[in-house]
This record gives sequence, C-alpha cells and structure tokens, in this order.
Amino acid sequence: MFNQFSPSKIFSFTSKAPKYIFAIFIVIISIGLIEALFLSPEDYLQSDSVRIMYVHVPAAWISLGIFSLIALLSFSILIFKNKFFPLVAKSLAPSGFVFNIIALVTGSIWGKPTWGTWWVWDARITSMLILGLFYLLYIIAWRIVDTNNVNKVTSIIAIIGVVNVPIIKFSVDWWSTLHQPSSINILSKSTIHESMLLPLIIMTAAFALFSLLIFLMKYNTELIKIKNKGLDRI
Amino acid sequence: MYGKKVKLRFFFFSTIFLAILLTTFLILKSLEENVVYFISPSDVKVLPELNQKKMRIGGMVKKGSIETNSNEILFIITDYKSEIKVSFSGSIPNLFAEEKGVVAEGYLKDRNFFNAKKILAKHDENYMPPEVKKAIEDKQ
Repeated sequence: MFNQFSPSKIFSFTSKAPKYIFAIFIVIISIGLIEALFLSPEDYLQSDSVRIMYVHVPAAWISLGIFSLIALLSFSILIFKNKFFPLVAKSLAPSGFVFNIIALVTGSIWGKPTWGTWWVWDARITSMLILGLFYLLYIIAWRIVDTNNVNKVTSIIAIIGVVNVPIIKFSVDWWSTLHQPSSINILSKSTIHESMLLPLIIMTAAFALFSLLIFLMKYNTELIKIKNKGLDRI
Repeated sequence: MYGKKVKLRFFFFSTIFLAILLTTFLILKSLEENVVYFISPSDVKVLPELNQKKMRIGGMVKKGSIETNSNEILFIITDYKSEIKVSFSGSIPNLFAEEKGVVAEGYLKDRNFFNAKKILAKHDENYMPPEVKKAIEDKQ
C-alpha cells in the first residue's frame, strides 16, 4: 500500500492538483470570511472580538493535527524504514508551523481586550509555545543534519514533541489556566451557539485546504530537488 | 507478516515513547503547584503558611460585592465555598464584571484580604449571541 506514495506516481498529481485545490480554497475561505465577519452574530460579552476566534481556533486545531500526523509518519519511518514518508512529513511541517504562530498571535490580540494582557505563562499558552519550538527544531533539523541521519533525527524530534500534544489539549482541564476550557465537546453538549459554530467549521475546512495546498507545493518542490540531483530512484 | 527486526524496532520505539510520556507526566504532576496559573479562595484558607511571595487568586466576582472609592476598587472573589476580599487600584479590563471570572495577581495580607497589583478578566467557555443570552435570562 505504501507504493501509492511513490514519488514518480505522485509527481503528476502534485504538479497539477494545487491549482484546483487553490480554486476550492478561495471559494471556501470567501464563504468562511463572510460568515465569520458579517453574518455571524456578535458575542453577548466580548461583542465583535469573538470574530478573532474564527481564525484562532482553526489555526490551533490545524497546527496540532499536522504535528500529530508528522509524529505518526515518523513512527512508521523509524519502525518500517518507510522511504516515502520522510518527504511527506518534511513537507507538512511549514504549514503546521505557520498555523501555530497564527494561533499564538491571534490569541495574543484577543487576550489584550478580553483578559487585559497580551501574554501570560499559563499551561495552555506555554505548552502551545513549546509546540512552536518543536516545529522550529523539526524544520531546522531537516536543514542541518547530514543525509544519513536526517530521517532518524527528525523522526525522534517529532515523537518527543508529540508528547506535548495531549498536554496542550487537556491543560485547561488538568490545571487552572487563564485560557478558557474547550467549548466544543464530543461527549457533552457544546457551549458555543450554532450560529457561531458554523463559521468556525467553514474556516477550519478552509485552513485545512490551505495546509493541503502548501503541503502539495512543498512536496512537489522536494520531488523536483531529488530529480535534479539524479536521486530519483527512491 | 513483518520481520523480526521490524517487531523489535516497534517495541524499541514504543518503549522510548512510553518512557518519555511517563517521565513528562510525572514531572508535571510533581510540579503541579507551579503549573497552575492561579489558586482558589478555598486553597488560600488551607495554605500551610502565608508568605510575602507574589501569587494569583482566581474565581468569580461575587454579586453585589464591587465597591469603588476615589483611589481603589474593592470586591470579593468567591469559588462558592470560600471567599476573599480584594483591593486594587489601577485600570481594570473591560470584561471585569460581577459573576464573571477574574484572576488577581498580588500579595496576601491575611487569609481574608488580598492586595492585588494586577487584575485579569477570565473569559468562560460560553459563546452566544446577545439575544440568546437574554432568552436564557428571561426563562430563569
């Protein structure tokens, strides 16, 4: 089944798909932004600053999701010595990192008018910053470690870093934090009104598409790099 | 179906992962006092000793407890079990209100009085439009 990821088979797909995904992304993000900025109601307490959430929460979800995916790929790189996953994991990292920064920055912008501070060292915010540092480590390791060891080193960084993911998720339940607990729960009733949930879901879909787009473009570039080096036998 | 080497590698990396996971959780567990961002008024009542270190107390602003005079604002933080009186002079965040979450940073005078140097509003997990909020209040 892993042969589906073979670069030669996938190259024709990665070079053509981005323009279609870009078109779908533009449609979804337009609907999402109109919904988030104009159609959805203001909050009873925070009024219009609730709209920051429609960028903040999807960005945080996507960055957590991408890191978990990288860790999962890294596990199979270490165990099965899979040859195609390192390039996939490497190409996923940039968009995850960018969304991590977006989550931190938009959180800060929301925190100032709501909490009265740009930054606090509570468990949720600190653990999210640590995830950002792991992304940075992961991306830098791909650039500085020599070719023989780079798959192992980056995979181990991802596996150590993924320990932080459940800590981020449950930090608001385990410890008292300034950050509010999650409003969207699978097992119990969500504490966010449907009219606010809709833009949140559309924006999440848009950001996921954007990540897919950046991933495919990055993956395509990596494939071209390998071809140019004459290493296309993998 | 997998070779012996693959199985061994699976156990090797799974064990490493579990070891890191467990170590991290044990460290965090033992550091719990420092990981929490604030303590509750009930925690203050059972503190083994009172010291002059800066600390944070969080809870709800008690209904009808906010008093303002020319140079300070006085209010009560409650966790519906215990409460503590807080005095503060300075600017308060917009979302500071009765029956809303608050975190006060400052110094304890005694177990019932807290001198705050900074006030942060704590937002809860409820998001709804104003008309829904009004409908809920009307029902009550």
